[in-house]
Amino acid sequence: MNDREFKELGEKLRGAVPPLRQPELGHDLWPALLQKMSEPRVRVPWFDWLLAALAAAVLIFCPGAIPALLYHL
Amino acid sequence: MDLLQRFAAGDLDAFESLFRQHQSAVYRWIVRIVRDPATAEDLTVETFWRAHRAHARFRPDGNFEAWLRRIGTNAALDHLRAAHAHVPLPEDLPADAAPDAAEQSESRKAIRFALVSLPPRLRIVVQLRLIEEEPYRAIGEALGISESAVKLRMFRAVRILRKKLQQWSVRP
Repeated sequence: MNDREFKELGEKLRGAVPPLRQPELGHDLWPALLQKMSEPRVRVPWFDWLLAALAAAVLIFCPGAIPALLYHL
Repeated sequence: MDLLQRFAAGDLDAFESLFRQHQSAVYRWIVRIVRDPATAEDLTVETFWRAHRAHARFRPDGNFEAWLRRIGTNAALDHLRAAHAHVPLPEDLPADAAPDAAEQSESRKAIRFALVSLPPRLRIVVQLRLIEEEPYRAIGEALGISESAVKLRMFRAVRILRKKLQQWSVRP
């Protein structure tokens, strides 16, 4: 693709999707950020970590179990 | 201790000052990627939230604006990936539209459709370079890749776009 074709494609794209030259933010987002920061973070229960660790241990020490695991998934 | 050092140390007042200085610039960058003001506002908040969580990793002698822009670009890319779906071509034009206008409108719809169906990591490059006319260097910095990698992505994106448009008989 030469420069002229590249330029033409750019013009066609800008014709279909006009550029947003100076989009302005309508309002202050600090309150929204404060709210997000105050939300409790999602915590993974300890038994989920235990199950994940057990599954990883089984896969590492008994790789023969992988086909059976895949079969049951 | 300057503002960036205080931010890196976890000072909330310093973070608020930086937020007020940079929120508009971050929003302007993100809205050019996602092209939806409400989503861009949410992603601006998400960007600063991620920055706040990562404050200890920020080096106070670094470029805060570039760091934020990179976080914002990643947040916008995550959004595009989650929302990435093949958008159907819109319905036919109203019957009273002139043939030329109808053809032009169909062509624009096809171009928009081809753009949104690009993989997000290619689409972002096309939007920022070909539509918003941002320099390759700025796009590379925001994506954390080299200028030549941006050009390579552009090459691949343009090839896909041309192929799709040819399939739909739109002259690329």
